[in-house]
Amino acid sequence: MYNVDKIREDFPILKRKVHGRQLVYLDNAASTQKPIQVIDAWTNYYKEHNSNVHRGVHALSQEASLMHEEAHVKVGKFVGAKNPMEETVFVRNATEAANIVAYGWGMHELKAGDEVLSTVMEHHANIVPWQFLKDRGVKINFVDIDSEGNLNIEDMKEKLTKKTRLVTCVHASNVLGTINDAKEIGKIAHDNGSLFMLDGSQSVPHMQVDVKKLGCDFMIFSGHKMLAPMGTGALYAKKEILQKMHPFLGGGDMIHEVTLEKSTWNDLPWKFEAGTPDVGGSVAFSAAIDYLNKLGMDNVRKHEKEITKYAIDKLSGIGGMNIFGPKNEEKRSGLVAFNVGELHPHDVAGILDSAYSVAIRSGQHCAHPLSARLGQTSTNRASFYVYNTKQEIDILIEGILKVKEILGK
Amino acid sequence: MAYDIYQENILDHYENPRNFGHILNCTAKAHDTNPLCGDMFDFEVAVSEGRIQDVRFNGKGCAISTASASMLTEKIKNMTVEEAMKIEREDITEMLGVELSHVRIKCAMLPLKVMKLALIECKK
Ligand SMILES: Cc1ncc(COP(=O)(O)O)c(C=O)c1O
Repeated sequence: MYNVDKIREDFPILKRKVHGRQLVYLDNAASTQKPIQVIDAWTNYYKEHNSNVHRGVHALSQEASLMHEEAHVKVGKFVGAKNPMEETVFVRNATEAANIVAYGWGMHELKAGDEVLSTVMEHHANIVPWQFLKDRGVKINFVDIDSEGNLNIEDMKEKLTKKTRLVTCVHASNVLGTINDAKEIGKIAHDNGSLFMLDGSQSVPHMQVDVKKLGCDFMIFSGHKMLAPMGTGALYAKKEILQKMHPFLGGGDMIHEVTLEKSTWNDLPWKFEAGTPDVGGSVAFSAAIDYLNKLGMDNVRKHEKEITKYAIDKLSGIGGMNIFGPKNEEKRSGLVAFNVGELHPHDVAGILDSAYSVAIRSGQHCAHPLSARLGQTSTNRASFYVYNTKQEIDILIEGILKVKEILGK
Repeated sequence: MAYDIYQENILDHYENPRNFGHILNCTAKAHDTNPLCGDMFDFEVAVSEGRIQDVRFNGKGCAISTASASMLTEKIKNMTVEEAMKIEREDITEMLGVELSHVRIKCAMLPLKVMKLALIECKK
């Protein structure tokens, strides 16, 4: 049984009062809160095991190394990696993961005239690193969306050329909520001889994602959006690709042998993790995966679908609301972006915060091209997670009605 | 009250912004945005003999930034360019008359930044 009340007890911050009222945290797409099990795993690591990894023969170093390695296996298995340890590179966040691919693979494999096919619904993390390749003469193209905010697959097929070396897209959009058919897109990419990269930042935390079933060559995601501490994230990539790929950062830990003339690379995944890693973060990331596994990702998805449907139904009932993304909750993840008539999102979010202690995001959500495509200077976004309740949605709705009253438009 | 930054005078300037629009023959204009929220403003100024004869703004922003822009245009009309260039953050908060959080102060400051850019253009 999925028991939200019981889950909420695991999150100390949810008991916090903000401006004298109970916090309603609806900014989970930006970063989620952390359960006590994750916080304890982190502190326990520093209380009991802290030591540098892969360097010492002493007991603490061995314990830390083992914990760090086990965390890789746990995260890799969670997303269905065939070789969980070797195919899981730990990074600070999804953005860093995308940059490893752009620098390690793109800068070495792509030549002038080659193309990368991204989409207009990407987060900046899946646009800007590719723009860096333009200096090499690489062309970046973008697949468009339809009026409801679904990816236009026909447009994708048209923009795919013999020169397209990589197709990359978001699995679940952080603004529209749209869940893209990753499996189909992966097949389209592979049929064209292109590699396929998926931005799982907004899907891996919320539903079962299996890189094998989806045919991902690369997948990027952030730990902090799935109960783990900030500073955690991962790059999944197929072993064969990582073996051939050039490392991104050079230095300690990532080498096998070093002479003054040249170096050879360490085994996977360490070849891509230069310098002392965030072992406390790894251990806590692992605890976050345990927590999610215990809840069951199918239950998490079911819960969020229910909350999202409830929120969309309620929001639609308010006059003058503009709700973005697919209407069908089966086709969207646990978030909803909206505008209250012409009211500016900063005013909406500002009043929701100060008068109702409701935390939502307002702005362009690091997706300026998508804002431009939607013709919106900015939007509000409420995003849900394992601990959100329908009562919290009711407070959000009450707050929006109040905003309309105060700003009277 | 928890939403007391939305004072009557701010709402008034937000709903009926003063000096909104364009100047037919402006001396200079400038444009800038706040990448965080997408707010964008244009300021157009008509300056003669070092004095601001007319100023108009247009663009899109929240209640705070719009009110700030609107009040600012009233404040600087007939000022010398030198005087207007001396306006600072404290003057803006005083002009608005409300306590702003460090995020919202950015909203309030964008119009000042754009106005100064326009005045700098004039001097060129
Ligand atoms: C779809 C998507 N991709 C990438 C990112 C980047 O995540 P991070 O800031 O953790 O690197 C985000 C987070 O905002 C996101 O929503």
